[in-house]
Amino acid sequence: MHNSKHRDSLLHISRRGALRWYYAWLIRGLAIALALLVCALITTLITHLDPMAVFSSIFSASFSTPRRTWVLFQNIAMLLGVALALIPAFSMKFWNLGGEGQMLAGGLASAACMICFKDIFPGWLIIVLMVVSCLVAGAVWGLIPAFFKAKFHTNETLFTLMMNYVAIQLVSYFIIIWEVPKGAGKIGIINQSTMKGWLPSVAGQKYLLNIIIAAVMTVLMYVYLRYSKHGYEISVIGGSVNTARYIGIKVDRVIMRTMVLSGALCGLIGMLLVGGTDHTLTTSITGGRGFTAVMVAWLAKFNPVWMIATSFLLVFLEKGSGEISTNFGLNQSFSDILTGIILFFILGSEFFIQYRLSFRHSSK
Amino acid sequence: MNTSNAIEMRHISKRFGKVSNTWANDDITLSIRKGEILALLGENGSGKTTLMNMLSGIYFPDAGTIYVNGQPAVISSPRDAFNLGIGMIHQHFKLVDVLTATENIILGLEGRLDRKKASQKIRSICNEYGFDINPDQKIYDMNVSQKQTVEIIKVLYRGADILILDEPTAVLTPQETERLFAVLRSMRDNGKTIVIITHKLSEVEELSDRVAILRHGKFIKDVPTAQTTAQELTDLMVGHPVSLNIERPAPVDPQTRLEIRHLSVKDEEGVLKLDDVSFTVNSGEILGIAGISGSGQKELLESIIGLYPLESGEIVFHNPKKNRPVTFTHKSLKKIKELGAADTFHDTNMVPVSFEGMSDKEIIRWVETGDVLFNEDEIVDLRYKTPQEIRELGIRMAFVPEDRLGMGLVGNMDITDNMMLRTYRKGHAGLLDRKTPREQAEQIIENLDISTPGTNVPVRRLSGGNVQKVLVGREITFSPKVLMAAYPVRGLDIHSSYTIYDLLNKQKKAGVAVIYVGEDLDVLLSLADRILVLCSGKVSGIVPGPEADKQKIGTMMTQTGGASNA
Repeated sequence: MHNSKHRDSLLHISRRGALRWYYAWLIRGLAIALALLVCALITTLITHLDPMAVFSSIFSASFSTPRRTWVLFQNIAMLLGVALALIPAFSMKFWNLGGEGQMLAGGLASAACMICFKDIFPGWLIIVLMVVSCLVAGAVWGLIPAFFKAKFHTNETLFTLMMNYVAIQLVSYFIIIWEVPKGAGKIGIINQSTMKGWLPSVAGQKYLLNIIIAAVMTVLMYVYLRYSKHGYEISVIGGSVNTARYIGIKVDRVIMRTMVLSGALCGLIGMLLVGGTDHTLTTSITGGRGFTAVMVAWLAKFNPVWMIATSFLLVFLEKGSGEISTNFGLNQSFSDILTGIILFFILGSEFFIQYRLSFRHSSK
Repeated sequence: MNTSNAIEMRHISKRFGKVSNTWANDDITLSIRKGEILALLGENGSGKTTLMNMLSGIYFPDAGTIYVNGQPAVISSPRDAFNLGIGMIHQHFKLVDVLTATENIILGLEGRLDRKKASQKIRSICNEYGFDINPDQKIYDMNVSQKQTVEIIKVLYRGADILILDEPTAVLTPQETERLFAVLRSMRDNGKTIVIITHKLSEVEELSDRVAILRHGKFIKDVPTAQTTAQELTDLMVGHPVSLNIERPAPVDPQTRLEIRHLSVKDEEGVLKLDDVSFTVNSGEILGIAGISGSGQKELLESIIGLYPLESGEIVFHNPKKNRPVTFTHKSLKKIKELGAADTFHDTNMVPVSFEGMSDKEIIRWVETGDVLFNEDEIVDLRYKTPQEIRELGIRMAFVPEDRLGMGLVGNMDITDNMMLRTYRKGHAGLLDRKTPREQAEQIIENLDISTPGTNVPVRRLSGGNVQKVLVGREITFSPKVLMAAYPVRGLDIHSSYTIYDLLNKQKKAGVAVIYVGEDLDVLLSLADRILVLCSGKVSGIVPGPEADKQKIGTMMTQTGGASNA
């Protein structure tokens, strides 16, 4: 009988125990190195360009000038900020895909403060009002789906997603109301001459304030989720809603409370974009960060500190892709391929961290 | 080569993770004979399932050889196992809910999809062995026993003649178990080889021809079942002599602790789950609750601790306060003044205290000396109170729910964080205190002999018995007045089960009112001081434990009002 015993070697997959952290990072590092190698190969094969030139241009997109580096860090800070806003909700398995809408709500509220109060209040008061109103607007935008989830068990994924479109429509409406000049279809720079409601620059750097805020948020969020009673309640609910009920946590209240926080922080990021960097309001001011942040959070397994690394990676790759498509006259899709390869390897490395592959010679 | 052996496993070893030094299976040599029922006996974590998973192609041995019908075989996938005629029925069913039985059975088979022909073949298998299922029924419409039948047919359909069943009776009622055993016997008589993984001695004795014992991943012994005793098997399994008797110390000074009066509850669909249930629970005794699964046990316990909305009735708690000092821990000054005016306190000389004409400051000072005492036990109405409100009243009720990881614990959290579930609210700041819970965790690990690499291991990684010890350990840490346990030994091996009975008895001796919901009547009869029998949400009787008769209780479980109240 010719059966399977003649097979020479077997691929054998087994679950690993706990890996030492440096070993896990070694695997991740190897994955990135491999990814770059594959990218280089594909670049030479398809475009006949020097892969080193392509890589250095990816790198220079972020680091060639101080301005570029500042923009890089500004983008990281904003993306990280949104991801930090999302993780309290994610940790209790509330899939808040409404980061976009909550940011827009916050941005709209702060733009409203800048435009409506510019002749009435001094600049500092306008900023105070902006902060308060962006938090409230974001919180309300987060609370609405949470309320319906808590009371009527609606699906939060769809609900938060739909709230994004409501926010976009609302912003479009106000852009028409506030448009300058009439008929332009856009607001333009708000308070360009008076700079009222513009966030102050720290140490002469336009982006430093946003970066500092994101850094502080990271630390606070880490402490909130790991060491606070609220954070503990969130992880109990994430682990098992029944256990939460059993020990007397008011699940409905925690869901709403957490989404108020999540929405308010998204709103804050919206305000930072409007008041700190763009000084205008458009429907695309969020730049899709509400969705990219979901990836940032998942890649880092909701760990605020790792999220610094994952948001860096995503922003760095995005900047690099843009740069090579202009520098080498390549299609934007080509840079997407490279980004895809790198992400594929990084996600794939998680498999090798969880599981071990061994080749075994069958005993005769 | 001995051809009367269906399977021979020689020097099989397996371990998980290169780092760990413990072998799940350590140099096991075991033969399974054709046409026998072999019981594979061992405690949780002794490597029974691991060993059998290597036969069914789920794991691959690190060392050793498997011979099937005398031929060396490489089994690296479930498909290889099927090709060799080996089929395994797992503890957790692997069925697709929205498909029919037939569709599940033919799922993954190669060739043309012919439902009609498949249905016919399934019907003929059913007739052959006396299975009673409808091949066109959807899985979600089936009960647990029917799902298990589908799993068995799935294996037979693929032509298996060596069947491995992993703890098949864990989910079955006594009657369903009987039926399963009859089927297994008739399969054996038709020449099939059957391996049943179990840790229940009664099943080993009732069903098997031969029994093989594993302990800590090692093969200990195999003996013909007829030539051994339950005591010998237990000793081999545990590794040292174990007493199989359950203690029942006489209750000391029983006092009414909990009174349930005319309790009725309905579920979300408006179906009556508890119908006019009345009983009392006393301190220092174990009240056993017997009944067919789903007779209202879950609803009863959950309504007592405030998780299930009441339709009507009363739940009254007698807080043991007589001659104990009043404190401000759970009562406000206003409340204490009210109680004082209502003649509920006396001082250390038994002189009534009314606080008349005293200033608030004086009252506070007096109460804080601990010299103001209660006249009587405090009567607390628990109706319409949430678990949180009950706790704020200072009423310590412990509850070990049926679904340990789904309700009692959080699987992804470590032991320390699970210890905190009850107490994390303590302390005034918004931050957690992990120091006390970590000490408590270390304490219960030591006291209850929980085997874990440390306090920071997620509890879902622990074995069933250890998970239960963490849960029970946590619940008794805060010295409850009432301890309710639902099926606390379900899925546990003998050793762990006896540890749990021991813990319950210790609580009983400490004056705790214990409610024990169980499924094993033998255990209920020897552990409980009184047994309350539930039948479709009604109390069909309360019987004193020492006088209870298994047959009579069995009858009461199926018909209400069949017996007198005690």
